Amino acid sequence: MTIQPPIAMLAELTHRCPLSCPYCSNPVELARKDSELDTATWADLFRQAADLGVLQLHLSGGEPVTRRDLVDLVVAAREAGLYTNLITSGIGLTEKRLHDLDAAGLDHIQLSLQGTDAEMADRIGGYRGGFARKMDVARWIGEIGFPLTLNAVLHRQNLHQLPRAIEMAVEMGARRIEVATVQFHGWALLSRDALMPTREQAREADAIVAEARARLKGTLVIDYVPADYHSDYPKKCMGGWGSTGLNVAPDGLVLPCHAAQTIPGLVFDRVQDKPLRAIWYEGSAFNAYRGTDWMPEPCASCERKNVDFGGCRCQAMALVGDAAATDPTCIRSPHHAALQARADAFAAGDAAFTARAAAG
Amino acid sequence: MIGADDIPVIPRGVRMQFDRVRERWVLLAPERTVALDEIGVAILSEIDGQRSFGQITEGLAAKYAAPPEEIAADSRGFLGALIDRRFLEVRQ
Ligand code: SF4
Ligand code: SF4
Repeated sequence: MTIQPPIAMLAELTHRCPLSCPYCSNPVELARKDSELDTATWADLFRQAADLGVLQLHLSGGEPVTRRDLVDLVVAAREAGLYTNLITSGIGLTEKRLHDLDAAGLDHIQLSLQGTDAEMADRIGGYRGGFARKMDVARWIGEIGFPLTLNAVLHRQNLHQLPRAIEMAVEMGARRIEVATVQFHGWALLSRDALMPTREQAREADAIVAEARARLKGTLVIDYVPADYHSDYPKKCMGGWGSTGLNVAPDGLVLPCHAAQTIPGLVFDRVQDKPLRAIWYEGSAFNAYRGTDWMPEPCASCERKNVDFGGCRCQAMALVGDAAATDPTCIRSPHHAALQARADAFAAGDAAFTARAAAG
Repeated sequence: MIGADDIPVIPRGVRMQFDRVRERWVLLAPERTVALDEIGVAILSEIDGQRSFGQITEGLAAKYAAPPEEIAADSRGFLGALIDRRFLEVRQ
């Protein structure tokens, strides 16, 4: 197998965040502030990434705007030739800082939406006044002219707000909206009963997206991640393990995906210890599930194996205790029927959720 | 569909860049990278926010000594796909 260079890098600049969304993709074991990479190390990493073939850089977190050196990091990323995207809740951004980011050459902003009104958004994000602040930020983004993507995570408690979320994206002048049904890793797994959409909701979301895509063609692009627990086939996680993208955690650990640390036995390298090129091409964690050779049945002889690469390794780990197993959201997994029954049971569960903790 | 008098504009947040690692031109857009072939590069390079689609395709037809209708049809399909994905805008 020839290993292709990566196209995208997600830089988790920090795990600190003023919000506490119950589905946060950060690991349950959050990196502390004093373990975060410094400006020079990130800047060097951006250059290494560009030399390796990365074209798209996502500055993420936690909340990346809590990094005081964010503007310098954007300058460094653009100097390295990277298309630079900021993934933010907007909390902590001022109009002045947005102008500074504009001058630094930031290419694009992805703004997260916890709900379409203050009541929902502030309850899910665990931050009173957050929604109002986000609306200010959205207005400034529009005034400056940053290309904008709105990013909404759907779950049982806010799924009915999807039509309004799409409307808001149009009103804000966003070119794209990402509509992703909650993925159950880390924090979200702790609140599965509270967040799992019902099967009916999942079908309703499919229909809303299909209708809006047709109606808004040329106005708004809708990228959609359906509820995999209620689907027949898994999602192609990370575009295939170690094939297109990589994540760097705040403390410099390089991960094949944001949840990779939930797989026991994988050994991750740190950017402080090895060149990024060596980590990508030779790192044991990246090679563990690259391509299709590692696959057991039914994936090994499945005609879809180059379509979805057997689904999500972290999900296989979480649900059936074996990271190499076929993702149990696949209809061909021996665990599929049991999972669907469990999904319905989770969806009938209690609505109280566990808020994400604060990073130390 | 893009008409002869429409002026194509590459919006902010979309740019063409040479991918020095893979040695090809790409169009970079939010969360997307589109690999460009020679024709794609030729068309996009002509877009300056001033000239109309008709002027651009006539120019390309002359440059490549190809039938203008053929160039227009090919370009219309290529640019139409970019417009649908919001990688390109048009001004009347
Ligand atoms: S998901 Fe919520 S809590 Fe986690 S980093 Fe994003 S905004 Fe913060
Ligand atoms: S069996 Fe494996 S490869 Fe085939 S569809 Fe299911 S997850 Fe994908």
